[in-house]
Formats: sequence, C-alpha cells, structure tokens
Amino acid sequence: MEIKVIKDILGANDQIAGKNRQLFDSNQVFVVNVMASPGAGKTSVIMETIKRLRGKTRVGVVEGDISSSLDAEAIGKEDVPVVQINTGGECHLDASMTASALGDLPLNDIDLLLIENVGNLVCPAEFRIGEDIRILIASTPEGDDKPFKYPLMFHEADVVLINKIDLLPYLKFDVDAFTQTIQGINQKVKIFPVSCTTGEGIDQWVSWLLGRMGKS
Amino acid sequence: MHELAITQSMLDLVLKQAEEAGAEKVGKINLVIGEMTGVVGRCVQFYFDFLSKGTPAEGAALNFKVIPTKARCQNCHKEFELGEFDWTCPHCQSNNIEITGGKELFVESIEVD
Repeated sequence: MEIKVIKDILGANDQIAGKNRQLFDSNQVFVVNVMASPGAGKTSVIMETIKRLRGKTRVGVVEGDISSSLDAEAIGKEDVPVVQINTGGECHLDASMTASALGDLPLNDIDLLLIENVGNLVCPAEFRIGEDIRILIASTPEGDDKPFKYPLMFHEADVVLINKIDLLPYLKFDVDAFTQTIQGINQKVKIFPVSCTTGEGIDQWVSWLLGRMGKS
Repeated sequence: MHELAITQSMLDLVLKQAEEAGAEKVGKINLVIGEMTGVVGRCVQFYFDFLSKGTPAEGAALNFKVIPTKARCQNCHKEFELGEFDWTCPHCQSNNIEITGGKELFVESIEVD
C-alpha cells in the first residue's frame, strides 16, 4: 500500500523554531543567526557589533561550537550575557539545541540576541532556529567564488558582510563581481563590506541593524 | 555532514506516518531532494541503514528523486537550469534571476505492508 506523505523532512525542526520565535516575540527580542565558514570572523563581528551598541540596546549572545568555550569566554569579557552551546559533533545549530540554551539567558533584559552558528557554509542554511534575520559573513581570503559553491547559504542570507576588506590589496577578490553574483540570486540581500581590524563599514552595518530592529 | 540530522528527522516522520496507517513494515520511501540542499543520497542511505535497525523501516528501499536547481529570469521570464559557475540567463544574459527549484527536501510517499 502506498501512502502519500508530501511532508517536509525538517518540519519537526521548523515547528520548534516557531516555538522559539514565539518566546522571542513575547520577550521582544530581535534575533540574528550569524553564519559563516570557520575563521571568517563571526566572533570578531559580534564583538565589534556589541561595542558599537553599548548604551543603545541590550545585547545577549549564544555561541554555537562543536566543542570548547573559547568564544564564549572572549564574548564574556564584553560584559554581556552569553551562553555556550557545544553541539558535540553536529555541524550546525538546530531549533531544539537553541531552545535548550534559552533558559540560561535573561530574555527579559535582552533586546538583541546574536546567535553564532557553527562554522560551516552548508548545514546551517537548512535549519531555522527562530531567528528574525540570517547574516552571512564571507571573508575576502575565502575567495569570491563562494556563492557558486554554497548557493543555498547565499540565497537564504538577509545580510552578507564581506569581512577583512583591509586585506583586499593582497588578494584577488573582486568585490563588485562578488556582490553582483549574490544580488543576482538574492534580490532582498543587504551587503556591507567591513573590516573588524580597521573598523571600516561596521558603523554602516550596525546602523542598518538598529533600523531593522526599529531602533534608529 | 547534515545528513545525520536530516536522516533521523526523515525516519521519525516515516515511522509516524506508518504507525498512523497501522502498517507493520515500511518497504520503500520515496524522497524528493533538491540539488541546492547539498544532501547526498549515499550519506542518507548510510545513516538510514543503522538508524532504522530494529524499527519497522529497517531494510526499506530509499528512492531519491533529485530536483536540479532551476531559475526564472526576471528579465525575459524564461526558466532554465542553473550552471555550476554561470548564473546568467542563457536566453538574454541577464543575471537577475529567481531560484524556482532545487530547495526541495521532503518525503513524497511511502510503501507499507
């Protein structure tokens, strides 16, 4: 006997993501899912963002890593609430792992929650965690061909930060071609070239973020 | 890499459907997977073989229907399959395109006894 199913394989994850979303909404927390390959600068972007938001909005951070709490310790120095999730081998955060961390955060005292996903350009794109926006950090040393190799990630991103632009003089990275390729398949995307080393572009990103949160 | 979580989720969904239908054994699972998801059938099969052990789905055949990544040109409105390193419309060379297929990831049907 054949049974028609037509159900999304990740439907169960999406349901939990929906519950996370309700919890965020009821606490008026704006949630950003930060995705990138390892070493692109997720933690650095989070730190720079926190520094510029001091006194403007209350930030909390969830750090997702396969193992270790190095990133959470670094973020903790910025004096914001931070929770570490160790996925223990899983290559992405999913909605239930995210849910398990939320009990340890004072959601009532947070306006903006930055969730650093596991460094990976494939798996995180599939798993919703209840976020408002998804940002992708693509760093210049990775090369400008990455959208062709990881199309889903670039298609799903609401924002792309082109990080490490201070290295452009030493690299063959065509910012215009890269930008055009992404905008070709993703008309909604906002793109900000930034450098966490020199600080270039970070103000523009942060002011856009505040605007998106309705706080500018 | 993500195939472990995806296979577990797929198996949970299949077992629930089979139970609701009062089935004792799942013989075949028909899956639809978009090329853009990067889900590798061989890996799904590998994880499925051990995750399904001792369940009514043990030994079920997995059938994969792979959907190529398709796009519609926003300029001339023609549909085409996306090339690996060329995302321009083959008809009018516009690079303003909308992805219309390739993100699928669902269980289409199951065959049970």
